[in-house]
Amino acid sequence: MNVVFWICAPLMVLGALGLVLFRKAVYSALSMALTMVNLAVLYASLDAPFLFAIQIIVYTGAILMLFLFVLMLVGVDTPDSIIETIKGQRVLSALGALGLLGLLVFSIGGAVTAPADTMEGATVAAGGNVEGVAQLLFGRYVWAFELTSALLITAAVGAMILAHAQRTRPKLGQRELADARMRAYATSGAHPGSLPNSGVFATSNSIATPALLPDGSIAQESVSATLTERGAQLDSAQLKELTAETFAGAQRVSDEEEEEL
Amino acid sequence: MIEQYLYLAAILFTIGAIGVMVRRNALVAFMSVELMLNAANLALVAFAWHHGSFDGQVATFFVMVVAAAEVVVGLAIIVSIYKTRRSTSVDNANLLNQ
Repeated sequence: MNVVFWICAPLMVLGALGLVLFRKAVYSALSMALTMVNLAVLYASLDAPFLFAIQIIVYTGAILMLFLFVLMLVGVDTPDSIIETIKGQRVLSALGALGLLGLLVFSIGGAVTAPADTMEGATVAAGGNVEGVAQLLFGRYVWAFELTSALLITAAVGAMILAHAQRTRPKLGQRELADARMRAYATSGAHPGSLPNSGVFATSNSIATPALLPDGSIAQESVSATLTERGAQLDSAQLKELTAETFAGAQRVSDEEEEEL
Repeated sequence: MIEQYLYLAAILFTIGAIGVMVRRNALVAFMSVELMLNAANLALVAFAWHHGSFDGQVATFFVMVVAAAEVVVGLAIIVSIYKTRRSTSVDNANLLNQ
């Protein structure tokens, strides 16, 4: 028990410090996972195998996954700014935290005088850890247990309402899109058909290759605007030269073969 | 024997409090709150072990249920704030101040 404690406790403190100090939220979430797993091990060392499983399933499994999902939704790589908006906030919060720690430590200092009365007796009397927890849960605390079901239902409904987004404009179906395209053709003469496909060259036919028009200029609509913005668009003029060379080479080979015959 | 667990819980609780006070990313502040809840859980389980009764473990179980419900609603609030304001910094959520 002591050995387990002295292995897990430093790791937990490290994880907690990482949670506060890392500037990227994903690192914070991962160091929190470290803390939670070590906490589960401590539960096991304190003769609470049921809570050990629950801690891993609920905290590291469900809650941290939820945090990570939301981090992915709101953008992973937005580091916290380190500029203080309230003057002296860091110093004051450090002082407050020191005070809190002092208060807690001093109250713990003389609080425990009786010798430990470990879980062994209770576990044997109840016939196991899970049985002991269940007897209390469905006995003395059954009313609180029933209330938690109401809490969970309320939380689920609340999350659904909060995450629900009202449509501000009606959804466009195939019919409406076709109408809009024909209207654009009537007013501005925009081509109503499909967009030109990307260019096909001897060495590349990727979607980043712009197609060339008969006059040698680039057909802008043949490449997605996103690719152009990212700078992923390939140079068609260069590809055209390469293709011409390849064709010339292939032509030479076939000419030579004909001569041999 | 039990004191070392209580000291650890006190340290974790304080680190969590620092996180809530200092960090401005709403998600990280929220994770710090979770850390504080877990520190309290550790103290509860340690006391259950010390007194040799299951009441502390049942209390921890209830804290976990409440924490799960809280995370669901809290993250939904953060997502809906992000949807309208494109930011998760708690400094930017000052609509009532303006």
